Amino acid sequence: MLVYSLKRLLLACLVVLTVSGITFILTNAAIDPAKALAGDSASAADIDAIRKAYGFDRPLPVQYFDWLGSALIGEFGESVRMRRPVATLLLERLPVTMSLGACALAFALLLSIPLGVVAALKPNSAVDRVALSLSVLGQALPTFWFALMMIILFGVILRWLPISGSDTWLHFVMPAIALGYYATPAFMRLTRAGMIEVLASDYIRTARAKGLRPPTVLFKHALRNAVIPVVSLAAVQFGFMLGGSVVIETIFALHGVGFLAWESISRSDIPVVQAIVLLISLFYIVLTLLADLLNAYLDPRIRVA
Amino acid sequence: MMKQWATAVSAAALALACGVPEAAAQKSKDTLRVAWQYTIENVDNYFNTNREGILFSRMVFDNLIDRDPKTFKAVPNLATAWKWADDRTLEMELRQGVKFHNGEEFDADDVVFTLNWISDPANKVLNQSNVNWIEKAEKVDKFKVRIISKKPFPAALEFLTIPLVIYPNEYYAKAGPKEMGLKPVGTGPYKVTKIEPAKEYTLERFDGHFKGGSKPDAKIKHIVIRTIPEMSTQIAELLAGGIDWIWYVPTDQADRLERVPSLKVDRAETMRTGYIGFDAAGRTTNKAINDVRVRQAIAHAIDRDAIIKNLIGGASRKIHAPCFPTQFGCDDSVATRYDYDPAKAKKLLAEAGFANGFDLDFYAYRPRDWAEAIMGYLTAVGIRPKLQHMTYIAVRDKNHEGVTPMYFMDWGSYSINDVSAIMPNFFGGSPDDFARDPELQAWLQAGGATVDEKVRKENYAKAVKRITERAYWLPMFSFVTNYAYTKDLDFTPFPDEIPRYYQYGWK
Repeated sequence: MLVYSLKRLLLACLVVLTVSGITFILTNAAIDPAKALAGDSASAADIDAIRKAYGFDRPLPVQYFDWLGSALIGEFGESVRMRRPVATLLLERLPVTMSLGACALAFALLLSIPLGVVAALKPNSAVDRVALSLSVLGQALPTFWFALMMIILFGVILRWLPISGSDTWLHFVMPAIALGYYATPAFMRLTRAGMIEVLASDYIRTARAKGLRPPTVLFKHALRNAVIPVVSLAAVQFGFMLGGSVVIETIFALHGVGFLAWESISRSDIPVVQAIVLLISLFYIVLTLLADLLNAYLDPRIRVA
Repeated sequence: MMKQWATAVSAAALALACGVPEAAAQKSKDTLRVAWQYTIENVDNYFNTNREGILFSRMVFDNLIDRDPKTFKAVPNLATAWKWADDRTLEMELRQGVKFHNGEEFDADDVVFTLNWISDPANKVLNQSNVNWIEKAEKVDKFKVRIISKKPFPAALEFLTIPLVIYPNEYYAKAGPKEMGLKPVGTGPYKVTKIEPAKEYTLERFDGHFKGGSKPDAKIKHIVIRTIPEMSTQIAELLAGGIDWIWYVPTDQADRLERVPSLKVDRAETMRTGYIGFDAAGRTTNKAINDVRVRQAIAHAIDRDAIIKNLIGGASRKIHAPCFPTQFGCDDSVATRYDYDPAKAKKLLAEAGFANGFDLDFYAYRPRDWAEAIMGYLTAVGIRPKLQHMTYIAVRDKNHEGVTPMYFMDWGSYSINDVSAIMPNFFGGSPDDFARDPELQAWLQAGGATVDEKVRKENYAKAVKRITERAYWLPMFSFVTNYAYTKDLDFTPFPDEIPRYYQYGWK
């Protein structure tokens, strides 16, 4: 287990390093930071002055290792636009994104696990079909469209929920549903498949034969085993949600990391963009690593493979 | 893609919203709630580059000079009088009895400190072209200063009017851009009570605001500005009564919002000028467009009136000179007028040897339907245009590379009411210059090198004549900005696209 863990850890570190390198190269290839900073009316001399002042004239590898060295100690430099440390900006915005991700994940699990169980109880019945349709709909609807539809219904027509901002928990209801709904189909199918398999297994038959009450069989014996893969998928999905919140945060004007990403990209604030990409990929990599290790712990066969 | 969807959806939303109960504005709380699409990167006036930054600065800080937003006449503000002592030296008398929000007294030291600080390249002010004309500022006495430019710079007054605001020297020397970005201190009609960077700004009327300047005391007590990037969300908030004022509403949405009884929509003309640029200098590989007759043919082929009527709407108007009509030096009377005349266009094309038309790459970033309308007219006279639709930055970079034979672009002149903010940018030999006409460059140079108004006008008139005669540009129309707001608000839009929130009250 230890060797396996170390191997995975090393791999994760390499992935982080690769992501940081690619991000650095791509952002610098897409945007001339000095030009972006100088504004439209800048002359070539103005741009050169800014290039020197901000150190953009140094060779790219030098800039990269300089940046990487600082990033390793949690120092992401200063936002060239906002004049504030990138680390401070991220820490300010992270709570909103984390809350949104957690709410979205909770919503997705609360909706999909019961649906999956119900669907598994009577496969191919009408209930199963309805649950399936709901999940297919979740995957088919573009997130922003679904979000705007909710805004129209619950924000404008019914006036039940606030439309934008992040002041109260009510502000998170629509964004969490919009973000979480997309993940429901995967959870639901996995729960359903797991339940169907488990319910057909011998130990469930034994449990039933012992005369245990059906709910006890279902929840205590069957579901516990069926949701194990769901748990590791949830970890990965959480990473996805943190990254996917860019669109949702923009629509609902939630000032989290996703919104910061949108702002920074639109005004070519390279240090912030680089830090966000690194942060989100780091989350994703760490969560995937945890899921891997969890799976390996639960299923010894994986460790040797 | 997302934009198209969003537009379609909010159209549906508006159709549904007709039956929605009327939203109450925050009139009762004397609070105007404004939504802006873009965040201000740093509210320190010298460390942001977007229009929202100008709007914010207008409320919190003051300029030495101001202008009447309707007549564009210069009016005193922190300076009470000024005169050019020579070509490079501007002498200004300063207003007495002005206090900053923190109680600091305004005097010559503040002006000298601010102008010298921002013009020092070491301080890395973002918009260098706003400040790099200043050589230095000197104190004459407590309420008199001298501003010296590096070379004769007639547009200095315009720069002192819009982008350059005065800071309290003692506070800023300590605070710097970081602190100023979080706790700004100025002399303006509103003071800042709370800043959540990039999210929300809360302003309150400054009761110690000085009298006699260009800005009245603020009418509305509180202003809350929120950043909502998505236009559909802004519209939804406006309909639900969560926001009182929004702007840059797309034309089709403005049509629908107009039908909502609790709201009012204004479609006001702005200084932003749309034009078609041509490669007259032979920078691209398209040889046809180098022929003046071909460019004139295109100018005659396009029905600008129809485009304005059907696609732009509001207060937009056709323009003939390569600048906004109110700008100093924008002499419309000497501009060549190209009437819509497809027959003449065909004749000119035939004369140039392109009776059977030619292939033409057409670059644009504004709404696709505008570009498509233009293309329709070109096709009608036999030209075979191919649309290259991309983002603004991408088209601008292509221009700089010199690969764009024809492009539809626009320029807002940074709200500076002087042609020196537009014509030299595009005909003065910069990477944007597709005329590369030495005579033209010389006139623009001469117009910008003196404060003598007569000499300036003469040179700029020659430039306007040349640009239109040789059809280096086809000036198209002035843009409109659509505003939507609660009908309780007494709002007036201005052509310089700078809403003056302190002037507005409740009805």
